[in-house]
Amino acid sequence: MIQGLFDFLGDSVNWSGSEGIPTRLQEHLLYTLLSLLIAAVIAFPIGLLIGHTRRGAFVAINTVNAWRALPTLGLLTLIVLLIGIGKLPVIIALVVLGIPPILASTYAGVSGVDRTTIDAARGMGMTGREILTKVEIPIALPLIISGLRSATLQIVSTATVAAFVALGGLGRYVIDGLGVRDFPQMLAGAVLVALLAIVLDLAFALIGRYAVSAGLTGRRRKNINTSTAPAPAGAN
Amino acid sequence: MTWIGDNWPMIWDQLREHLYLALIPMVLGLVISLPLGYVATRFSWLANPLVALGGVLYSLPSIALFIVLPAVLGTGILSPVNIIVALTIYAVSLLIRNVIDGLRSVPEDVLQAAVSVGYGTLRRVLTIDLPIAIPVIFAGLRVVTVANISMVSVGAIIGIGGLGELFTLGFQGGFLTPIVVGIIFSLALALICDVLLVGLQRLLTPWARAVAPVKEATV
Repeated sequence: MIQGLFDFLGDSVNWSGSEGIPTRLQEHLLYTLLSLLIAAVIAFPIGLLIGHTRRGAFVAINTVNAWRALPTLGLLTLIVLLIGIGKLPVIIALVVLGIPPILASTYAGVSGVDRTTIDAARGMGMTGREILTKVEIPIALPLIISGLRSATLQIVSTATVAAFVALGGLGRYVIDGLGVRDFPQMLAGAVLVALLAIVLDLAFALIGRYAVSAGLTGRRRKNINTSTAPAPAGAN
Repeated sequence: MTWIGDNWPMIWDQLREHLYLALIPMVLGLVISLPLGYVATRFSWLANPLVALGGVLYSLPSIALFIVLPAVLGTGILSPVNIIVALTIYAVSLLIRNVIDGLRSVPEDVLQAAVSVGYGTLRRVLTIDLPIAIPVIFAGLRVVTVANISMVSVGAIIGIGGLGELFTLGFQGGFLTPIVVGIIFSLALALICDVLLVGLQRLLTPWARAVAPVKEATV
């Protein structure tokens, strides 16, 4: 079976045309990034609002938890039956699944900022908006990025399942392979999707590493200590 | 409602299949991650690689794992073993982090007190470390259980998915009722299991409830 996988991946026929791996990969990536973007545009401001004002948190958190229990295949088939087959209903389903992790982590990150830090910012004369953009969001960034990572994984995974309701992307190999009992083809689809998920996850990890303020990660702590920070009390 | 009545034997079978496909991996995951987590706290260089490996395994899409596993395990593609092994992998990769965090949350002075009154290692781990780690471990267990219940449905695409088979049935027939019933039953199952886990946690940690009144009394 493993030999069959390599035969499939090594066959040049599978690397060109509208059913070739590059096209399928591109489709999969497009659906994923588009849905992720829409989900973020919706979830991010709501998460910020709830986290910043600390209002409506109870309702938001419980809704998000219930959302996690929602079977993705059920949601997908439901939306497609309601709206009709096509790309739009699937994108809607993917967006719906991407919202909760982003919303929850944005809320958790912003509301988790130390109150004394916010008081200090206010004491320095920052307005509510400045506190949000210059203090709360940077401090919440690691959690926000981890929410984006979960959302991405959820969307990549569900976009595969979406081939069942006639979407393109790498899931096609899985579903078409299943239809004709072509196991190597299914296996190739599964392996490619897994690789895509890992690569996207690593990309976010990398973004997180460089986007998060050094003051939080301690990445350049050594420099700061030797150049500007005073020696800790009791060091002498 | 009449549809549920007419098809109850089928739904009941799927409900049972769904439950065991979701819960066996949860139990297996716990059984595997407890000793693994303990070893990782004893040899702390193991902790980070284990958690990182868990992160990578967890990022694998479930449908991919359901299909790759038969090739690795040599099981048939339609064998429920694939689903159980796949969900066990997810359970371990999520729980390992909670087990390690939980065991690390045991205060050092508590450990020393236990050793000084003569607890052996095994007795200390089972009667001191583990109970103190329960809240953190249960937090992970609840996420695993809810996630497993929702993920089992994906298996329906390859023919074994408990209630998920209602989704494929409804989709192929262009018929909404089975899909809605499947979603509602699946959500209810997750909710019931979650409530049961919270109850179990309260039973296992009676001291957690005792804290509040005592504090009030001493203030």
